[in-house]
Amino acid sequence: MKLGLDIGSTTIKCVVLDDKSNIIYSTYERHYSQITEKIADILNTVRIKIDGVEQAEVAMSGSAGMGVAEACGIEFVQEVYATRVAANTFIPGTDVVIELGGEDAKILFLTNGLEVRMNGTCAGGTGAFIDQMATLLNVDLRDLDELAKQHEKTYTIASRCGVFAKSDIQPLLNQGARKSDIAESIFNAVVSQTVAGLAQGREIEGQIVYLGGPLTFMSELRNCFDKTLGTKGICPENSLYYVASGAALCAEKKIDFDKVINEVKNYRGSGNFAYNSPLFENEAEYIKFTQRHAKANVKQKELKGYGGRAYIGMDAGSTTVKGVVLNENGELLYSKYLPSKGNPVEIIKDFLEEIYTVNPTINVAASAVTGYGEEIIKNAFNADYGVVETIAHFTAAKYFMPDVEFIIDIGGQDIKCFKIHNGAIDNIFLNEACSSGCGSFLQTFANALGYEISDFAKLGLFAKRPVDLGSRCTVFMNSSVKQAQKDGATIEDISAGLSLSVVKNALYKVIRASSPEELGKKIVVQGGTFLNDAVLRAFEQEMGVEVVRPNIAGLMGAYGAALYAKEKSAESSCSTLINADAIKNFVHEIKVTNCGLCSNNCRLTINSFGAGRKFIAGNRCERPVTKRAQTSELNIYDYKLRLIDSYKPVEGVRGKLGIPMGLNMYEMYPFWYRFFTELKFEVYHSSFSSRKIYRSGQHTIPSDTVCFPAKLMHGHIQTLIEEGAQTIFYPCLSYNFDEHLGDNHYNCPVVAYYPEVIKNNMKDINKVHFIKEYFGVHRPKDFPQKAYEKLSQHFPGLTLNEVRAASKKAYEEQSEYRKKVIDKGNEIIAQAEKEGKKIFVLAGRPYHIDPEINHGIDKLIAGFGVAIISEDVISPRVEKFNTHVLNQWTYHSRLYAAAKYVASRKDMELIQLVSFGCGVDAITTDEVREILEKAGKIYTQIKIDEITNLGAVKIRIRSLLAAIDRD
Amino acid sequence: MAQLKYDKKTDRLLFTKEMKKDYTILLPNMAPIHFKILQNVFTHYGYKSDLLDTCGPEIAQTGLKYVHNDTCYPALLVIGQFINALQSGKYDVHKTALMITQTGGGCRASNYIFLLRKALKKAGFEFVPVISLSFGMEKNSGFRLTLPLIRRFVGGLVYGDQLMLLSNQTKPYEVNKGESMALVNEWSEKISQMLIEGKGYTLEELDENLDKITKSFSKIELNREPKIKVGIVGEIYVKYSKMANNGLEDFLAEQDCEVCVPGLMGFASFKVDNRIEDYKLYGGSKLKYRFCKMLLNYLKKLEGLMIEAAEKYNFVPPHEYAHTKELVKGIIGYGSKMGEGWLLTAEMLELAETGYENIVCTQPFGCLPNHINGKGAIRKIKEIKPNANIVTIDYDPGAPKVNQENRIKLMLAVGREELNKKLDEQKKDDK
Repeated sequence: MKLGLDIGSTTIKCVVLDDKSNIIYSTYERHYSQITEKIADILNTVRIKIDGVEQAEVAMSGSAGMGVAEACGIEFVQEVYATRVAANTFIPGTDVVIELGGEDAKILFLTNGLEVRMNGTCAGGTGAFIDQMATLLNVDLRDLDELAKQHEKTYTIASRCGVFAKSDIQPLLNQGARKSDIAESIFNAVVSQTVAGLAQGREIEGQIVYLGGPLTFMSELRNCFDKTLGTKGICPENSLYYVASGAALCAEKKIDFDKVINEVKNYRGSGNFAYNSPLFENEAEYIKFTQRHAKANVKQKELKGYGGRAYIGMDAGSTTVKGVVLNENGELLYSKYLPSKGNPVEIIKDFLEEIYTVNPTINVAASAVTGYGEEIIKNAFNADYGVVETIAHFTAAKYFMPDVEFIIDIGGQDIKCFKIHNGAIDNIFLNEACSSGCGSFLQTFANALGYEISDFAKLGLFAKRPVDLGSRCTVFMNSSVKQAQKDGATIEDISAGLSLSVVKNALYKVIRASSPEELGKKIVVQGGTFLNDAVLRAFEQEMGVEVVRPNIAGLMGAYGAALYAKEKSAESSCSTLINADAIKNFVHEIKVTNCGLCSNNCRLTINSFGAGRKFIAGNRCERPVTKRAQTSELNIYDYKLRLIDSYKPVEGVRGKLGIPMGLNMYEMYPFWYRFFTELKFEVYHSSFSSRKIYRSGQHTIPSDTVCFPAKLMHGHIQTLIEEGAQTIFYPCLSYNFDEHLGDNHYNCPVVAYYPEVIKNNMKDINKVHFIKEYFGVHRPKDFPQKAYEKLSQHFPGLTLNEVRAASKKAYEEQSEYRKKVIDKGNEIIAQAEKEGKKIFVLAGRPYHIDPEINHGIDKLIAGFGVAIISEDVISPRVEKFNTHVLNQWTYHSRLYAAAKYVASRKDMELIQLVSFGCGVDAITTDEVREILEKAGKIYTQIKIDEITNLGAVKIRIRSLLAAIDRD
Repeated sequence: MAQLKYDKKTDRLLFTKEMKKDYTILLPNMAPIHFKILQNVFTHYGYKSDLLDTCGPEIAQTGLKYVHNDTCYPALLVIGQFINALQSGKYDVHKTALMITQTGGGCRASNYIFLLRKALKKAGFEFVPVISLSFGMEKNSGFRLTLPLIRRFVGGLVYGDQLMLLSNQTKPYEVNKGESMALVNEWSEKISQMLIEGKGYTLEELDENLDKITKSFSKIELNREPKIKVGIVGEIYVKYSKMANNGLEDFLAEQDCEVCVPGLMGFASFKVDNRIEDYKLYGGSKLKYRFCKMLLNYLKKLEGLMIEAAEKYNFVPPHEYAHTKELVKGIIGYGSKMGEGWLLTAEMLELAETGYENIVCTQPFGCLPNHINGKGAIRKIKEIKPNANIVTIDYDPGAPKVNQENRIKLMLAVGREELNKKLDEQKKDDK
């Protein structure tokens, strides 16, 4: 007899096997992080139920069991290894095992060379992720599976990280997308994450076995895997117990039950964990603190019977919906704070109905909406004004502190901070790619540990040793919390630690502040998260300042919107908001369709509310709304894309030469095009990126943390091969052209050497003649000779003279290309100057013109009636200057130069596009910011990834425009 | 306090001759055995220095506070450690300078020195001069990297590498626990004394000392019970620094493994060789090319001494650079030079070839060159060396140790299985 325990991140499994390896006992229980108690329980139970189990060999496995096992003298078996042993025993002939657990995802290749893949530092696409998504949709896991089965369409949801997926899903919900479609989309994201993140170029084929909770309980999820892999996998009986069984099978040592149970119970870990000083030393300190904050107070008045002019403000946030009614003095008549449950329209409707019920004769003078759901709510209820969140919050904060210098709002899923300078919003910080440190983060943890959020936060107030969890991603935090628990941290310590980490995330990840002086002394904090005294205290402690937290901290967006409506409306105005009668006839119908007006073919969600009110969501441009094509005249991104496409293939005697259109090729294509065309090749490039192209190469990406533009390269190569390319040219380039703007002229390591990754990871590359030689375009004099040496190995017929002539033409073509771009840019600038338009410098890398990479951000910005140029247009207008970084990359030198130039122009603003995972931009962003801010300019950064949600981008642009307008 | 002088062109705060007299130069500690020895070269030239051996979570926290959070982990740690030291009150901050290496490659590491200066400014220490340890990237009148200094420095590297190599091979098997480390300490002291006196760095002296050192390790009484042999490769700082890799070597020792960490000499040769390869690939100054060839030749000679000594006393010798380079031919181009470049791939191949087929490939989270030469090359390595059992581990301030150790344990479980298979086969053969 053998006994195996599997201590997972959320559950404990235990099995007993008889001598023929049959399972004679099994149990599966959630442990709510009370791991040691639960183990003791289970051992006690099994001892009673199974005769002779005390003579069994025992082993333990599972990620959460490591320390415990060692401390209690139980043999430990690594869990993937255990799975492998179990699979080989129970289902011989298994080729691949796919196992999803609470926080981990694994693929085991059992045949043809054992390989095991586990998710690394990213837990996207695991059980925890599915849990989070279910919470977001407000359904339980079983419903999620049922919903998914009823899907009609799927949306693209970023699959890399749960956080990204969240920010994809939330807007979909706010825009009225069907839950069933989202459920299916979530499953697809999980599949995509597993396949792309873990397979890393190895084909998943043969007999596939699905294991672990999510795959056992959700048949539709298995279906999604089957569909993607084009196979039918099996989910065996006892699929939940494979790890435990594997541990049992490996067990070799008997244990003394009494002794082990006793030791497990007393296991307290090392007691060594990093911690901060307590939030409050004692009760008296806390009382003083609450008394101080009670002063920031909005007066409450009665809504019933109020006959004066009333102002309504609504804030449809990411996870909550807020509404307020104010009287003429800005006092609060009525307020509502509710979770959005995925449908803000319904909640606002109830809110308005309640108002009309309490006060049927109310005289609404004006109304305004803000937040993620601004547009849909404004359209649904015909509100008077829409106001960008930042302005709404600023308006509210001013009411409490007229000379406020800094506002920080921590909401459900976002952190918004802004500096106020001369009465205008001067600098905005939003969390874009990461939601750790927000309200939903605390919420998720509270729930996971079995607490209500408010109770949970209170626990931390008097914690002795608040755990130092640092400032990091939610996923990492999960594991850090577990580690701290093992090391003996109490629930109180963890609660306080999480509150601290919320604050640290906001300060060090989002704002990147190093001292209170940077933020100013006059600070207003708001957002629902700050209603937790623990978070508020942690903030004051970390920054060393006393701040103002209004008693309506959670309502500030709505409150600001109402004040905004009041400010904007005329003395005698009457609101356009639909009245009590119209509310009764209110309907909300949702239709999903594809736009079809351009090649983007956006998936549109059309909401109709009766009486002709309609709202279209999911569009990247205004075309489906206005039915007019957007003008591209003052948008250089559009021009550059067309320019690259204008280098058409010319038939050549040496045959066809395919070039993948990605990364630096967006800039260097003219060079290589001319070079090889002169050498009598027919040069063509892969078509511009699309989702389909990305997918086709996704399974060959070896490093899931590399930037998205690099990942796309796999798809371009794959497409070229599939379309019958014989020869593909994709050179390695340590150095770029020297534009004399910096101290050196490197390419970044990824751009420089990505051809090596292609060669070493794409199976199909062997089907073609792949040329990835190293070239030195930075040395025009040596280039012909060296290029000749390299290329004549591939094309023996070439002559040095030919290559010389072609090189000359290639350099000329490249300067010609640069000239065209600069000329067009100058033209746009001149035109904008003439029309008095603002000029936005959308600064990034050459490949940021790829619409799949920039997600149409250029068009979105152009939609605000501004002219758009890129950094390379204005970088030549600046002489080389000193930077506070080593200025050594050609493309990045352009950024510094562009920033320097923008700093000198009143009518120019710079927006920097940053691809997620770009290590180099950790350096450039700070420097560009410094250059701009020195000149009193606002620095705006937009992080982009696979992500397609443009909501946050819009907020940024609108706030920026609002701030510029105030100047 | 010395007068603060700035470079006219770049406005950079200089380390002046005057400062050399009474300033203490703080050095970050990457590889403990090596750096303790190397510090003495500075002492010989009259520099006062202090090797920072602080650790603990507050260092990463300080780094996070003053450096962009998406910057690589080594930068966060090194800068965090410096600022932490300056804030500790242990030093007279007006008589303290900092030293950091700068390779000038296309990786982010060349920017550490600038990030450090930015951080100093943020923390209110803009008057603390930073010295770049590089080949002429930044000049300071108070510190010069002369040829004799470099020779002594390289000599220090050789000693460090050899001590690390030998102790790694004896420590897991020693009968009397602690004997190997005692020898390491004893030799470190002796070598330090030599270097302070300006001795011990010539080819002849090295030859003689390496022999003595190696011989002394061969005297350690060993119990040769077969253990899992694990190689460590990766980004240079994370690979060596205990603080960065959460005590990886200690963990592997606890798991009953023999560890092999390729030395710093390979990296030094690689960096010199890059200039030679650049010349071959793109053209350039013939003079520089010749100089680098000469330098590489010198390193080769030193390497030869190490190998000779190791072989004489039956140790697994250190990798021969030329051979390591040969292994990666056709897999990754020699032009891939940023960060650890092709050397990283080559070292994995070499480890797999020399019996250390279980490999931990360490890198800071989001390390750019590693996408190419680490994670990006593993598929190919496994194609060539099917026995290679590689796990890649990302390190950053938030990456929990427990997850890292779990992944390593998986690699070890597979490694143990293979080891047992081999032992079984041996037993069969013996019968």
